[in-house]
Amino acid sequence: MLTDFFSRFHIVKKTNSAGTNPLLLSFLSLVAALIIGGLFILCLGKNPFAVYGVIIEGAFKIARTGAYVFKTIGYAIPLVITSIAVSIAFKMKFWNIGAEGQMIAGAILASYFALFQSQMPHWLLLLVMVLAGAVGGGLLGTIPAFFKCKFDTNETLFTLMLNYIALSVITYLKDGPWSETPGFPGIAKFADNARLDIVGGVHIGWIFTVLLVVAAFIYMRYTKHGYEISVIGDSINTARYAGMNVNRVILRTMFISGALCGIAGMIQVSGIEHTLGESVAGGRGFTAIIIAWLSRLNPFVCVLFSMLFATLQQGCSGSALLKLGLSPYVADILQGIILFVILAFDFFTQYKIVCRGRKNA
Amino acid sequence: MNKQPAIKLCGITKSFDKVVANDHIDLSVQRGEILALLGENGSGKTTLMNILAGIYQPDSGEIFIDGERVSIHAPEDANRLGIGMIHQHFKLVDVHTAADNIILGAEPKGLFLRKSRYEKVREISERFGLSVEPTKKIYNMSVGEKQTVEILKVLYRGANILILDEPTAVLTVQEIRRLFDILRRMRDEGCAIIIITHKLGEVMEISDRVTVLRKGKSVATVETASSDIHTLTELMVGSSVNLSIERTERTHSGTLLETHHLSVESDDGVRMLDDVSMTLEKGEILGVAGVAGSGQRELCETIAGLMPIREGAILFKKKNIENMTPRQIFQAGISMSFIPEDRLGMGLAASMGIIDNMLLKTYQDAKGPFVRKKDARLKAETITEKLRISTSGMDAPVRLMSGGNVQKVLLGREIESDPQVLITAYPVRGLDINTSYTIYDALNEQKKKGTGVLFICEDLDVMLELCDRIMVLCHGKVTGIVDAAKTTKEELGLLMTDAAGKGDTENVD
Repeated sequence: MLTDFFSRFHIVKKTNSAGTNPLLLSFLSLVAALIIGGLFILCLGKNPFAVYGVIIEGAFKIARTGAYVFKTIGYAIPLVITSIAVSIAFKMKFWNIGAEGQMIAGAILASYFALFQSQMPHWLLLLVMVLAGAVGGGLLGTIPAFFKCKFDTNETLFTLMLNYIALSVITYLKDGPWSETPGFPGIAKFADNARLDIVGGVHIGWIFTVLLVVAAFIYMRYTKHGYEISVIGDSINTARYAGMNVNRVILRTMFISGALCGIAGMIQVSGIEHTLGESVAGGRGFTAIIIAWLSRLNPFVCVLFSMLFATLQQGCSGSALLKLGLSPYVADILQGIILFVILAFDFFTQYKIVCRGRKNA
Repeated sequence: MNKQPAIKLCGITKSFDKVVANDHIDLSVQRGEILALLGENGSGKTTLMNILAGIYQPDSGEIFIDGERVSIHAPEDANRLGIGMIHQHFKLVDVHTAADNIILGAEPKGLFLRKSRYEKVREISERFGLSVEPTKKIYNMSVGEKQTVEILKVLYRGANILILDEPTAVLTVQEIRRLFDILRRMRDEGCAIIIITHKLGEVMEISDRVTVLRKGKSVATVETASSDIHTLTELMVGSSVNLSIERTERTHSGTLLETHHLSVESDDGVRMLDDVSMTLEKGEILGVAGVAGSGQRELCETIAGLMPIREGAILFKKKNIENMTPRQIFQAGISMSFIPEDRLGMGLAASMGIIDNMLLKTYQDAKGPFVRKKDARLKAETITEKLRISTSGMDAPVRLMSGGNVQKVLLGREIESDPQVLITAYPVRGLDINTSYTIYDALNEQKKKGTGVLFICEDLDVMLELCDRIMVLCHGKVTGIVDAAKTTKEELGLLMTDAAGKGDTENVD
């Protein structure tokens, strides 16, 4: 009987061309996720509005001890940069899930100059660190692209595994060559000279981020490079047919994608952490993948979703939630719920479920 | 025998959003009868057959099988009712044997496959007089054999109502004849058969009755014996059409493109072109005939600079263009247009709109880092008007357009670049009569301008009428280059299977 019931529901591929606007769907799923998250909080016996209120307060409050909103923005900056970075690769259907490792590689190279060449003039030092970050991340991004072009290796596995290698390099440096006190793991704090300046409450990385968002949008939509990336994402055969040098575009794009992640790594060490540690990427490279996907690879929307995730993270990290008797891990749960709901909604962009009445039976 | 029709459809209606694909369609097939379903693209044939196969559900209308009213909710229901569909594109697992493909999805109970499956399959194939070796792997099979496996697959499931969707598109003349023999034998065994096809000659040959669909409506059902090609065309198109394809006089002469002893290998080292020597003259249409996979695609892609040459040379006006990339060929001042077989996967960027697709081959010419969309927009508007492309917008992804419109976008772009050489691979495949004639006209126009046209096609009738010369390929070798005005379908068919024997390059001209 139950099978009879289920057999009345069918999954049908949507045939109409227009469909629902995918971005609208992303936002709808966000709303749905907040509702489901609220129900979850309700099950814990708490008032969801109070909890959401606390989260928002924790993320945006301007207190005497410092403005929380600046912290939230600081948290969002690497997310914006890395999500744009992976968006560029994703547009090409090159599944770069190595933003984490590329961030780390950039952070390592930048840290070298911060730790050992800090006598340089301040602005020159920062510039060198940015370039070092870009080169570090870019090279780590180019390696899987090279093997993909040469031997058709799987970039998903390749970029993923490089993440762990990059992470291990930090551990090695911390325990060995770059250790502050021999025998104890830990790298020294950067000199003030190697730290990003604060402009308007947040480190100067935000200006770079704003410029990047605009530049990335133009790059993807109006330049020859952007056009090539889109065509390759559509079909490599079409790209070859059009006379593109496909391998060159893939290598170039992955360098750019990796370099942006590397710069994000540099900004993180120099602007927030002021030292190099294993937590420098801290999963942001993976969160970036989710953000890129939710934003449908649109840089401007990446900013919105990055702020959202930063708000959740920052808002849940304070002591306010603890006072309500909730753990800061609520942020992770809410993120998880958002993700699930969005995946479910994604299904509905392409399919619909129809219920067949009994009129024909 | 049961006097009730095997299938009877009454007032079947199915709409997708605002488009009515099937509008109160009536149709019936008796046991022991072959019904041809005729109609242009978009007339609703495939939708109707998908309803029978349980892939779509009708909005309204009734289906009767052997006089009993049924509803087909899913492909399994269709299976149970004895309806078997043979799709145009084979749905076979290449690395499996014939028998494994045949039992796939209908395996007997138990964890392991039994050896006896080969016997079972052999039994069935013998009963219907189909020759298939059950242990042969699909990738070792010819197209004709694959199709036989598809037919066996539905027979194995006990189907006695067969639906074939354009089964002859990829077959040689000889294979078509064999297929028709099989169908006739099955008809005589009491099966009901529906065959969808574009080719009127085949309709006349194989069917007992014809149902014609136009714009989602069934406009007529006629006895084949009391009808003729002309009447059927008129029913299908809705107005009288001139069916003959014009072969325009040649007004230019001189050699444009030559290949000398051209050999090409696929990525895995299989020789796809073997010692091909040919010339393409100014202002001629050179047809290339051959069984699917005889090297047509490789010939096109090699000339277009997309495949590396193993041996031999390609000359354009005596200038060697061997192993140049498409971009280098263009930079050498040679205007070569290529309309590939895979329109959305190679000729166009599927998720982009018409405007962006116009840029595909010219975007690199703009100065500076940006693409120039203004000219592309103009070009897009020009071809949309000239070829009467119907579109929901210049930026709407081309993959959402109908096949005919997609081809018009591609052809329009390639012709707008004023080519000296125009390579067309299966330019009318899957297109309806009107669009096909638009394309033939466009090719003739190019011919008049002095363009050398390489025309790859699977319809020999069309080739005989349109082309000046026809080159026949078999296993990558040239088995003949003949004068289209003086040859026959039978001669081409023999050359296509290399019945002459050795496969040596011999000019039958």
